[in-house]
This record gives sequence, C-alpha cells and structure tokens, in this order.
Amino acid sequence: MRLVLEKRLEQSRTMVVLTPILSVIGVMILGVIIFDAIGYDGFDAVWQLFITPVIDTYKWRDVATKAAPLILIGLGLSIGNRAKIWNIGAEGQYIVGAISAAGVAYATQEMSGFWIIPLMLIIGMAGGAAYAAIPAGLKTRYGVSEVLSSLMLVYVSVQLLSYLITGPWKDPNGMNFPQTAQLTASQLLPRELGETGLPPGLLFALVGMIIFAIIVDRTVFGFSIRAIGEAPQAARFGGFNSNRIVWAALMISGGMAGLAGTLELMQLTRLNLGYPSGYGFTAIIVSLLGRSHPFGVFVAGIVLAVTYVGGQVAQTVVHVPNATAGLFQALILFAILASDLFVRYRIKIKSSVAEIRA
Amino acid sequence: MTLTFLIDALITVIGITTPILLAASGVLVVEKSGVINLGVEGMMLVGAITGFAVGFEFSDPWIGVGAAAVAGAATSMIFAVLVLSLGTNQVATGLALTIFGIGLSSLIGTNYTGFAALPFDPPFPDYLAQDPIGRVIFGHSAFVYFALILVFAIGWFLSHTRAGLVLRAVGENDFSAHSIGYPVIAIRYAAIAFGGAIAGIAGANFSMVITPLWAEQMTAGRGWIALALVVFSGWRAGRLLAGAYFFGVLMTLELYAKASGYAIMPSQFWAAMPYIIAVAVLAFISARDGRSGKEPACLGKPFLPNG
Amino acid sequence: MGNFTRRDFVKAAAAASALPILGRPAFAADPLKVAFIFLGPVGDYGWTWAHNKGRLELEKALGDKVKTTYVENVKEDASAVPILRDLARQGNKLIFATSFGYMDQVLEVAKEFPDVKFEHCTGFKRAPNVTTYNSRFHEGRAVTGTIAGHMSKSGVIGYLGSFKIPEVVMGVNAFTLAAQAVNPKIQTKLVMIDSWFDPAKETAATQTLANLGCDVIATHTDSPAPLQFCQQKGIYGFGQGADMSKFAPKAHLTAIEDIWGPHYIARAKAMLDGSWKSEDFWEGIKEGDVKISPYNPIVPKNVQEAADKIIDGYMKGTYDVFKGPIFDQSGAEKVPAGKAMSLGELATIDWYVKGVQSA
Repeated sequence: MRLVLEKRLEQSRTMVVLTPILSVIGVMILGVIIFDAIGYDGFDAVWQLFITPVIDTYKWRDVATKAAPLILIGLGLSIGNRAKIWNIGAEGQYIVGAISAAGVAYATQEMSGFWIIPLMLIIGMAGGAAYAAIPAGLKTRYGVSEVLSSLMLVYVSVQLLSYLITGPWKDPNGMNFPQTAQLTASQLLPRELGETGLPPGLLFALVGMIIFAIIVDRTVFGFSIRAIGEAPQAARFGGFNSNRIVWAALMISGGMAGLAGTLELMQLTRLNLGYPSGYGFTAIIVSLLGRSHPFGVFVAGIVLAVTYVGGQVAQTVVHVPNATAGLFQALILFAILASDLFVRYRIKIKSSVAEIRA
Repeated sequence: MTLTFLIDALITVIGITTPILLAASGVLVVEKSGVINLGVEGMMLVGAITGFAVGFEFSDPWIGVGAAAVAGAATSMIFAVLVLSLGTNQVATGLALTIFGIGLSSLIGTNYTGFAALPFDPPFPDYLAQDPIGRVIFGHSAFVYFALILVFAIGWFLSHTRAGLVLRAVGENDFSAHSIGYPVIAIRYAAIAFGGAIAGIAGANFSMVITPLWAEQMTAGRGWIALALVVFSGWRAGRLLAGAYFFGVLMTLELYAKASGYAIMPSQFWAAMPYIIAVAVLAFISARDGRSGKEPACLGKPFLPNG
Repeated sequence: MGNFTRRDFVKAAAAASALPILGRPAFAADPLKVAFIFLGPVGDYGWTWAHNKGRLELEKALGDKVKTTYVENVKEDASAVPILRDLARQGNKLIFATSFGYMDQVLEVAKEFPDVKFEHCTGFKRAPNVTTYNSRFHEGRAVTGTIAGHMSKSGVIGYLGSFKIPEVVMGVNAFTLAAQAVNPKIQTKLVMIDSWFDPAKETAATQTLANLGCDVIATHTDSPAPLQFCQQKGIYGFGQGADMSKFAPKAHLTAIEDIWGPHYIARAKAMLDGSWKSEDFWEGIKEGDVKISPYNPIVPKNVQEAADKIIDGYMKGTYDVFKGPIFDQSGAEKVPAGKAMSLGELATIDWYVKGVQSA
C-alpha cells in the first residue's frame, strides 16, 4: 500500500479554486493555535486579521486601495509568467514609473489643465516600460537572465529615487526634508470615486482585468504568449518570434508597474523615502497565486490586500505586533504554493507492486 | 597616511565585508546546485535573532552561533520542501521566505530589544593583537576567519572534489546527472540546508559582533547585496572573495570621503554602483558565452525527472 | 471574543454617526482615549522608547481619567492613513503621531475627523485640530558639546548624522559651537549615513570618524551601536534619546534624554478641561522636555560643573548656544555679535558653522 502522486492529464479546475480557499482556512486555524500559544486571544486575532477586512464595509476602501496596485502590476506580470519570462524587477519599474510621473509634475507645477493627469499617467507607464526595456534588451541581445538583471535594477532605482528627492527635486518648502513638493490640484486624481469611497486605482484595475482577459484569451498575441511558454519549439515553428515576445512581455509588465506607481504617487501626493513599498515583489506572488489569469490575479490581489489590512486592524485592536501580519502572509503564501500540488497531481493509493510499476 | 590609519580603515572594510561574504558563499553553493533561493534576507534575520537570543539565554556565544546555523538551515528547509518535493515556483517561494523570516525574527525579537549581546572574544589571544600589524592579522572575530576559510574551502570543493563536481553537474544538467544515478533532489536539499546554515551564521555576525544587539530588520538589505554579489562574481568563489572586498572598499571609501568633506558623487551613486556593475558583468559574460555564461544552466528550473 | 469585535464594530459605527455631538468635553465617567502611533518598536531604547515612556507617565499621572493605546512600527507611507482612521473611529480623541513622515497622513485624517485632536511631532503644518510639537534637542547638544570640548584630547570630535535636515544641522551646529566655546580650535567631522537606522553602517561610520582622529563622537541616529564601538576603541560617546550607559559603561559620558511625559500630560489635561487648541510647541530644558542623564564618573568635576552651568543657563533663560557672532563654513558672518538666532531661522537652517567638516 503506497500513496503515489500521479500527474493529472489536465489541471483540476475544482482544485484550482478549492486549494487556495482550503489553504487560507488551514492557516487561519494554525493562526488561532499560534496566537493562543504566545499569549494573545487567538480567535480574536485571527478574526481581525482575516474576517474584519472582509465584512467591515468601512475597511473595503482600505482593501481596495491596497489591492489596486497589486492587481495592476500582477496583470502585467501574468503575461510574462505565461511566456516563462520572469520580471522580478517590477518594483524597480514601479519606482521609475512614479519618478517619471513626478518629473512631469515637477515640470508642470505652475501650470494647470486637464491634460496634466493623462500626461502623467502616460509618461508614468512609458517610464516603467522603458526601465523594463533594459532587461529585455539584455536578454534578447546577450542572453542575460531577466530574473537577475531586473532584480539588480530595482536597487538602482531606489538609489535614483533617493538622489532625486534629496537633491534636485527636493521640496523647497519642505524644511529640507527628503521629499518632493506635493502634487498640485491639477495633478491629482480624486481620492475617491464619488460616494463609493473606493480609489480610482480600483477602476483601473477592473478595466485592466477585462482588457487583459480579452488579450490573453482572444487575441493572437495572447495565444502566442501561451504557446511560447508551454511549447516553445512548436511556437517558433509556428512563426512566433520569441524575441518580440520577450520585449512585449517585459515592456507590458513594466508599463503596468509604471501605471501602478503613478496612481500610488497620486494617493501619497508626493515622493518620499518611504515610497518603495514592495508592491512590485508582492505582485509577483499575486500573479502566481492568480495562476497568471486576469480574473485570478484580481482575486489574488484582493486576498493579499486583505492580509495587509487585516494586519493593521489586528495591530490597532488586538495589539498583535505588526511582524505577525507579515508572518501570516508568508504562511498563506506557503500554503497556497504548496497546495498547488493538488492542482497538478492527484493522490492515488496503489495496492500492488504491479500497479506501481505500471 | 600612516600605517595605523590604513590598518584601521582596512579593519572597517573587513567588518563591512564579512557578513556579505558569508551570505554570498552560501548563496553560491545553492545556486551552483541549480536552485535560486531569494529568501537570504529572511534566513539571515532568523539567524541573527536566534544567535542573539540563544547566546543570551545560555550565556555562551558559541552555542548562539551554532543555534543560528541550525535556525538558518531549518528555515531553509521550508523552502526546500516546497520547492524540491512539492515543485513550487522558486522565485515566489523565496520571496515568501523572506517575508516569513522578517516576520518570525521580529516576533521572536520583541523580547530581546534593548539588550546588549555578550562579548564574543576573538579566537586569538590578546597579546598577538597589540601592534597594528598584529591587530589586522590576529584581532578579528571568529567570523572573519571563518568567512575566509569558508570561501576558499568552497572554491576548492567545487573545483577539486568529486562531490563538488557532482554538485555542479546537478546544477548544469540535472537530467543527465539523474540518468547517471545521482540523487539530484537529495543533493539540492543538502545544498539548500548548507546555504541556510551559512546565512544564519552571517546574520549572527550582525547581532553578535558587528553591533552586539538585536533590532528589527538589522541586516538592512545585506541579503540582497549577497545575491547581487554572486551574480557579479560569475559564480566563481575566487571572484566572490574579490567582489565582496571590492564592495566593502567602495562602501568604506564613501564614508571616508564624506567624513573628510569630499562628496565626489552623491552617496546614492556609490550605493547603486555594486548593482550597476553586476548588471554590466552579467552582460559581459553572457555576450562572451552566448547565455548568462557561468550561470548554472538549471538555475531556477524545477527538477522533473518524469517530465 | 466574537462579541468583542461586533461590539467594537457597532461602537465605531455609532461613533462615526454621532461625531457632531461629541464636540464637548467627555463626560466625567468616560476616560479620555488617547492614542499614539510610533515609527519603531517600543523596545528600541531610542526614539520610540522615549515616547512610550512619556505615554506611561501620562497613564500614571492621570490614572483612570485616561486610557491609552499605541501602534508601533507604523511606516511613514500611505499605510499610516488607515491606522490613524481606525484609531479615530475607535473613539480616541487625542492622537499623537510621533514622527515627521506622518505629516500628510495626519492632515488628511484630521480633515475627516474634525472633533479628534491630532498632534504631530517634529512637523510644521497645522490645522484647527492639528498641533505640532517638538523638543529643543539642540539645547542638549550644547551640553554634550561642552563636555566634548573639555574631554577631547585630539581636538577633533565626530558627529554621526542621518539626513541633512534642519534638526540634524541644528544639532551638529550646537554641538560644535558649544565645544568651540571651550576650545576655539576644535573641529567637528560630520558623516551623514542617509538612514535613521542601520546599525552596521552606523558602526562603520563611527569607525571611520575614529580613524580620522575623532575621540569623542556624538550620534543623531537611533541605535546604541556607535557607542559599543567607542567603548571597544577606548574613546567617548553620548547616548541619544535615552540613557544608553548599559551598552557602553566606559564610553558613555552622558545622554540627551527625550522626555515627552510633561507634554503628553499637559495636552491630555487640556483636552479634559476643554482648553485644547492648535498650537506649536517647541520646548526644551526649561520645560523639562530635554534632560541630561547622570554623568559618567570618568567626567572630571570641573567638566561636570561646566555642563551644569549650561543646563542652568537654559533653565534660567540666560544662555543660548546660538548667540552671535556665528560664522558659516565659508567664513561669512551669519549671525552678528549680540544677536541670537530666532527659532524660525533654526527651524529651516541648512548651513553648517565654521569648524564643521562635512561633505
């Protein structure tokens, strides 16, 4: 009698949806135990971490605000994931996108007009895409791994940000603190869309999700991405140019990261040293949890945002140290990543040696 | 520029370089086996708090370092099980490990903030370290000597032993290695555990010697520098040593320039230099060899013997 | 346990809808709820530890008239906004934000909750319900500078800074001017490490300063790591924000302690009797916001007396380290003899005095 993992012929659809849910529940149970063990009210803590952000309508705004950039970047990354192009440096493109938009803001601080915001968004996307073009060029021309090159470039972008806000772009009225001037009224998108209280970023995320779903499922480009990822030889034989796909995948994810960066800049109203918040890295996890599909990415973004917001709530209400929120996020990630196994494999009980051999 | 001055500067360089060299050595072994573990920062922090806490509780720093190594290895096992036995994506799992390590170390560390670590005596007796020359040779903490011995040992292991050859084979072509009969998964487990242990020791270097205290996230990004360093070195131990000291010299030079009143370039330029150079090195060695040169061919790819 | 959260939710919703009614001082029965957001962990033995100490003093002084809460490790980015909002919704009427980087967030949330009073530490923007408060740390620097001037044998003292912001510039200037009053030829070497917290880099920077000849080193960063090195090397240093003598008993000459208790108590009292209004506080030794910790016995009697004289001068208002003539690094006279720099000028200062060697 032996338990054997047998690869499924096709990914199990039920499992794709079931495993993340089971993982989260599993971690929640684990959480109650752990918190009780270290002296907190376990049930209350887990409730605040996971349930409150979902049922407390007042918290939806915070969840949406955190989810929007994750979804936007995740959508871009999911294109690359499918083609097995791993853009680890999305955080860098996020930062450069924000820097680019801030540059527009700096140049137009005395001006006003409806054209400023769209310009900032476009330049922000262009900046992110341009920064992603570096690893793309390095890969297509020299065969450099985009994982490594894009990761290195993240730290370069952080230093660039630091230089700009402590030097040329420092707010002249900011008491010499390292930050840019605040964006003017014509440079800011409204904080909330009307009465809903939801941030404009969410609207972008929704629209993005729909657009990407169309691209991935219904266009030739989308097909070529999937083909290159799953059967590269056949794809090349079919005429899909893998170099062009590298450029496309990286620049799309760079552009989306830049867009997210610009929108976040408008939420924060200025650039400061606290700006790099790690969304670019978390979005990698979001895109993988969402199985690189636009709808999945959307849901995964919300799930991760819930854990962030839940961590804050647990801090203010239960006084759980904020390190714990990160710990739980990691545990959920481990659980979901591990449970992926059941999507690709099924457990069978083999009762005879002959069957195992077969 | 007296000798004493140069010696003291060199001591600062050595202090800055050692933890990075340690962490990078561990990363090198892991990557040579074909696995990319981005969780270095997390493992270092777990090692830092474990070393500090255990050393404190048992009043013996050596037990502390040992515990740090064990803790680092244990943490890496989470990654190993997920990636090797459950086949999860290495990048995502490594990032999750970093988040985990930061959170776990902060949680354990809440009870240890505000304490000073026990003194960690240097291995050589005091009288050898009296004059400047003596100081620079004999006056360092055990970590410094260990780091140097380790990097040479790893280099020798990789190029001159059969086991090292097997490790490299596993990283270059896991399928062939498997066909010949080598236990690819077991070898990678061992490599990951080793990398974790060394990362733990690197973290303990921070909390027990360099700044003998615990503070959240005290490694301040050195784990990422270690990852960059391995790339920068083209995955060769000798160049790793040189590269690590190059970083250390750059960082120290920046401090001296500032303290002496010179700001040749903005400090962010120096801070970004290691990463820019790493990218340039990547391009250079890839252009020469057609792919990322010395990068282990299987780096990041899961081992699927059954397709 | 489940009840707690639902009750809390209902209370918050009720509080939100009843805001207009809550403009009056709290009923005698209900304790005043006061909240704090901290940048770091309360155990950091530095900046946050000192603020938390102030919070505990508030609890002790006002007993069951107040109920305090705190959230630590609040990052200085957009994530502070939901935390501040939650605290306001949970019924906290007085909220202290203890770091500069919370400025925009405080102002934003303050707009949404006009009946909650906010106090922003080290900030400069106010609103009808936002006060700013700060401490005249530079008075403490004048004391440590005096001690450094006496204790330095090499005539070179060091200053480990974080960023070139007015608070740090003021600090190094005060330190240097006070030391120069003792030894006119003294030089200060300054290194900015572009971070409030990076123990390993702080240590490396301290080593650099020491190697360049500094034998007394002051820091403006948060960890006790530099002091540990000073002890190892046999030179002297000062504690920052708290008495750090237990980290370096031989090297720690004294420390500048941040004492926030009196301010917190005063402001809570103002809430209780309805006299709270938006102001700008910048208090120092006289008001008890800055304290000098006990001197290390190594410090000679005459040096202790010199330091005490400075403290006394600030207490009585007869001493000001920023009284002219003061020259900048290029030699130009920035403050003529007989005049003193105004607090406004100090709040925006971006130049170093002569004798400071900086990049």
